[in-house]
Amino acid sequence: MSMGTETPAQPSAVETAGPPVGPRRGGLPSWLRLPDQTLLRNLLLAVFFGVILWILSENFDSFTNLRLATVAYYFTALAGLTVLTGLNGQISLGHGALMAVGAYSTAILVGRTGFPLGAALAAATAITALTGVAVGAAASRLRGPYLAGATLAFAIGLPGLADRYPKAFGGENGLSVAPPTPPASLGLDFPLERWEAWIACLCALLVFVVLANLLRSRVGRAFRAVRDDEVAAQLAGLNVARTQVLAFVVSAACAGLAGGALVVVTQLAAPGAFQLALSLALLTGIVLGGLGSLTGALWGAIALVYLPQWSDDLAHSFSLSNDVQSNLPLALYGIVLMVVIVAAPQGIQGALRGLARIAHAALRKKPATEEEA
Amino acid sequence: MTRFIDLTLNGISNGAIYAAVALAFVLIWRATRIVNFAAGGMLMITTFVASSVISSSGSYWLGFFVALAMGFVLGGVVERLIIRRVEGGPPLNSVIVTIGLLILLQAIAGMIWSATPRSFPPAFSIRGYHVGSHTYLFGPFDVFTVLAVLGVAAALFLLFRFTDLGLKMRAAAFEPVVARLQGVRVGNMFTLGWALASLAGSLAGLLIGPQVFVGPNNFDAVAIFGFAAAVLGGLDSPIGALVGGLILGLALSYVSGYAGASLVTLAALAILVAVLMVRPSGIFSSAKARRI
Repeated sequence: MSMGTETPAQPSAVETAGPPVGPRRGGLPSWLRLPDQTLLRNLLLAVFFGVILWILSENFDSFTNLRLATVAYYFTALAGLTVLTGLNGQISLGHGALMAVGAYSTAILVGRTGFPLGAALAAATAITALTGVAVGAAASRLRGPYLAGATLAFAIGLPGLADRYPKAFGGENGLSVAPPTPPASLGLDFPLERWEAWIACLCALLVFVVLANLLRSRVGRAFRAVRDDEVAAQLAGLNVARTQVLAFVVSAACAGLAGGALVVVTQLAAPGAFQLALSLALLTGIVLGGLGSLTGALWGAIALVYLPQWSDDLAHSFSLSNDVQSNLPLALYGIVLMVVIVAAPQGIQGALRGLARIAHAALRKKPATEEEA
Repeated sequence: MTRFIDLTLNGISNGAIYAAVALAFVLIWRATRIVNFAAGGMLMITTFVASSVISSSGSYWLGFFVALAMGFVLGGVVERLIIRRVEGGPPLNSVIVTIGLLILLQAIAGMIWSATPRSFPPAFSIRGYHVGSHTYLFGPFDVFTVLAVLGVAAALFLLFRFTDLGLKMRAAAFEPVVARLQGVRVGNMFTLGWALASLAGSLAGLLIGPQVFVGPNNFDAVAIFGFAAAVLGGLDSPIGALVGGLILGLALSYVSGYAGASLVTLAALAILVAVLMVRPSGIFSSAKARRI
């Protein structure tokens, strides 16, 4: 057991974001070990990540800070979706539309009624959670492809409302809001992008703490029990339908907050941002990152932001005809999706875990043979 | 009244096309339990090929049949090369792979034929029949559309019901292990299922082409409505696909005609959810498919 000391504190900390594992019994000195209490541990982790993000954002230029903010709001949505799909077994192709609900709520509350930003984000989260109750109640009756079909229709139908009621939702152009103003105490020349990154990262950290706690609680176990075997879960006294609705509500709330953060970052809620492509991208993100793990959601968010960028850069490094050049990033993106799923069905997080296991086994083996000798 | 008849006829003609796409989804679902999100991309490619063949050879029918043959081959090749690797795995993985394939196909089409949509000729005149002073929104091409879809559906029905091959395909779909023990080449049956599905899809592409024009993203809507029709009818039932397509075609035509085109997608949502709330596995689901 003493070989656990080889593992630095950082990766083992990241690991806890995944499906719960038993209390860590590694050989770390006691003052270095994370506490066994879930809430305390997750709060410590959140503070740790917060400090890292703060240092990063202080050093990033404004462009990279915008990227950071984008990763943060993608993570917020992906974390919620991975709980729903990975841990509760419900597929949703409609989370882009739920983000739209959060985004429009934020834009209306901030732009029209002058809510302070924090209150608007909280209200948008609540409104989207309520939408989630309705969608979740319908979803709990459906399984597999039928659920996919219904949520797909939701993703496609909802943005149509913006066109239908242009007065309320601004039609094709959407609703724009003023950028958030950094508090004066931070100094007058505090860059706007850094402030946006802070807000988005705060949302992401909040969602991380809430979900990481939830997953190790009775509720999280109920989610997994229902996913694995509905009949068995029912026999164990769980209300399957209510558990599924609850998972949808939690997930919708995250999507709503993510939509609100998106408005903070882009200053716009427009139907073009919430097409089916967004819902599909979210689904892609959680599967690429590794289904059912919050760390996987982080990898997924990074992949969603940087993969199109990298394939774009790569395409531009060749000199090609215009049609080929403009479509090459798309082609690369499609190929990467297929190759990752075929080569690493557990996603990035699954592949990393596999590597870690191999490394761990290699490290353990050596001393064991020494002892025998 | 004439408006109602117009909308009904238009709904039937569009419904036939949705039914053909729905058939493509149903055949693939029956064969491999996969929802093929790349269906729209596959029929887009075959319609582009038809368009190129027609414009270079000048013969509509040559392009038409080349596209159907190409659809058949493309479906089989896609199953063998790509889908085979995710069959029987977690359902979400096959979803992501088919989404990846859709993106790749759209990119390839953009590279070869550029993103600007081009017009596509109909097989017959699209001008409506005159009865008295009124010109109906239903012409020779609509008749052809309905007949072609019905013809393909009837051929599939005969294949599944009355031939050895059809029996083998059904056996492979419903009891793969038993079928394999009986000597059925289950893998080949899956490939054939995909090929036939893709053939039905490519027919839909040829029929909807004159309406939506041919471009990398122009078939997204018909693919989505086709999927909705398949879900509506029940993914296991080819008859359900036809009925689902017809219901959706009629309903969307009425909504578009009486309430405005901007409501069409919302209406599709409402219809789908309403039907699924009553019958969670589609209209033609068999009772035993339901769990608990």
